[in-house]
Amino acid sequence: MKRILQSMTMAVTLVAALSLAGCGEAQNRNQAVFILIDIHGDYAAEMERARDLTNYVLGQLTSGDSIAIAFIDNSSFTERNYIARTKFDHRPSVATQQKRIVRSELDAFMERFSVPSAHSDITGGVLLASDFLRESGAGRKTLFMVSDLEEDLMPGMDRDMPLGLEGVEVVAVNVPRRATDNFDPRAYQRRLAQWEARVEDSGGTWRVANDLSRLQELAVLR
Amino acid sequence: MLTDILYVWSDSPAVSVGVWLVIAMVLLYFGRPHAHQLLRNTGRAVNGAMRLAAKSIRQLEERVSERNRDVLLAQGREETEKAIEREFARVNAVVERDLGEYPNLHRKLSDVLQKVEADYHASTAEAPLPPAWAEVTQTIEALPKTADPSVAKVLENIRSTVANSHRETLKAHQKNVAERHRILHAMQPELRKLNASMAKVEKSVASLEEQSRAIDRHMANYESIRKGENRAVHALASSSLTQFFIATIVLIIAAFGGLINFHLIALPMSEMVGGASYVGAVRVSDIAALVIILLEISMGIFLLESLRVTRLFPMIGRMDDRMRKRMAIAAFTLLFIFAAIESSLAYMRDLLAQDREALTQTLAGAEVAEAQFRWIPSVAQLMLGFFLPFALAFVAIPLEAFMNSMRTVLGLVALGLLRLLRLVVRTVGSVANHASKVMVSLYDLFVMVPLGIERLIRQGSNGVKEQVSARRQQRDSGKGGRKSKGAQTEPGLKPREV
Repeated sequence: MKRILQSMTMAVTLVAALSLAGCGEAQNRNQAVFILIDIHGDYAAEMERARDLTNYVLGQLTSGDSIAIAFIDNSSFTERNYIARTKFDHRPSVATQQKRIVRSELDAFMERFSVPSAHSDITGGVLLASDFLRESGAGRKTLFMVSDLEEDLMPGMDRDMPLGLEGVEVVAVNVPRRATDNFDPRAYQRRLAQWEARVEDSGGTWRVANDLSRLQELAVLR
Repeated sequence: MLTDILYVWSDSPAVSVGVWLVIAMVLLYFGRPHAHQLLRNTGRAVNGAMRLAAKSIRQLEERVSERNRDVLLAQGREETEKAIEREFARVNAVVERDLGEYPNLHRKLSDVLQKVEADYHASTAEAPLPPAWAEVTQTIEALPKTADPSVAKVLENIRSTVANSHRETLKAHQKNVAERHRILHAMQPELRKLNASMAKVEKSVASLEEQSRAIDRHMANYESIRKGENRAVHALASSSLTQFFIATIVLIIAAFGGLINFHLIALPMSEMVGGASYVGAVRVSDIAALVIILLEISMGIFLLESLRVTRLFPMIGRMDDRMRKRMAIAAFTLLFIFAAIESSLAYMRDLLAQDREALTQTLAGAEVAEAQFRWIPSVAQLMLGFFLPFALAFVAIPLEAFMNSMRTVLGLVALGLLRLLRLVVRTVGSVANHASKVMVSLYDLFVMVPLGIERLIRQGSNGVKEQVSARRQQRDSGKGGRKSKGAQTEPGLKPREV
């Protein structure tokens, strides 16, 4: 009996030592999600999709995760483009309250919104997202782009630069086929391919999920 | 390269292969004795080595078996000693409880008996009148009436006096009888008391008899274990295995209980220690919940140990009674506090789940509905959180049984493995031996042509030799026959008779 107890003590000590050794290589399991909503021209009518996406994302995030929602307009690389941003508290009850606030802020923005922008500075929005995701220090970073990916910059705006998306998973959501794409489908494919190349050149990964209900199947978030 | 070597004799594959076969046959034929020796020696060597290994394993097996036997007997001896000790404690309790009061009981019985005896004496029937009294009254009644008035008056006075005296005496007698009846009636409760006391004594004695029979049984068992009889060893092994399986099943059930307990408190623990920190791949809140459950189990073990229900820690068993009592109170208090904490955490979990559900409904765009009878699962979780720690506290009992029986089970498993290993080793040795014989036969089969030629040559030379020797024999017999006739025939006897 004494030997058995000694063996058990040793086993427990070993397990504890291994666990403590594992602490040194602690993996960052927090997530950061950035949702970019395009509000230019005709695409502004698709904003309801952004609300659905936000609901899905809020349902998936937990304590310690971060979220930011911003819109794409004429010049998107500004603080005013943020609709809501927060890092969820480590307490689940507080995190739930924060989710409610984020949701209400998005609702308020959608209530306020009336005039679509004339141009769309998608790159500026992506740069904004890149900064937020980098600063979050999360282990997994995801950028959702609710946009038609048709960039239309204002004259004089310089966006020819790397996007800085190292370790970011970019998911293009609800990329509609336009009327002109019907005559030349390759234009749609070129648009997607161009963004894919830009994202991957900047160190990110690229996915397209036109159907929101497929996000769960694609396991975009954990 | 190989193809070049193959076609070195001819371009035709068949011819080339044939030539190589012939060469191989010739070479193998000439190396046959050495090859046979090599194959047979290898087979025998492997077989010998395996037999040696099997013998070593057998010795190890015997040692393990002996060790198992010793452990089983030691455990059985300890258990039986405990059982006998327990029975003696019970006997002591019976003696202290019942027979310890025997002097009082005896005094009571004596008092009751004295009282009954006194009452009995008091109720002795007294003769109502002397036997001659009736004759006197009859004689007086029968006296003749005389004419003399004075005599008649005297007689009448005597008659009336006697009659009065008779009436008075009868009245006194009736009174005495009534008094005796009263005394006898009053004796009834005393007699019942006496009967009850005797029944109590009988019960105590019967209980003692039962205990003594149990002690006899245990003593017989102990004697059998002490002698190391096979019957006792088999019984102990069987008992140990049964204990092991039962304890394992109960521990599995307890593990499921622990799992439920864990899920009850894991979520609310994240409110206290945070839900975003990890140690390795495990959340800190999960570890905290696990630690709480393990602490509850530990407190349960200490509680049962202090109450001497289990004997996992001899140090606690050796403590004096006051210290053990204090330890038991401390363990129970901590267990109670943990149970209360867990109960509140379980309730908090319910609140968090409700809040999360409400958020999910809001995000889905549905109205938050107020569920009916929602209080039932809330109360159930509250109670489950409170009582599960106490239920888990009893895990110490199957844990002790598991630990005690595991030694025996491990010994039996080791024995089985050693037997299996011995069988495998012996089989490998035999197979190697037989394989060498088969290889020798296959070798001979391959070189059967040269062997056949050799046989033919040998037979031919043997035939020539036989013919030569036969001729020699004939020649010798021609000479020898003549010689032998004289040599084999004894003097005075004819050759046929010889």
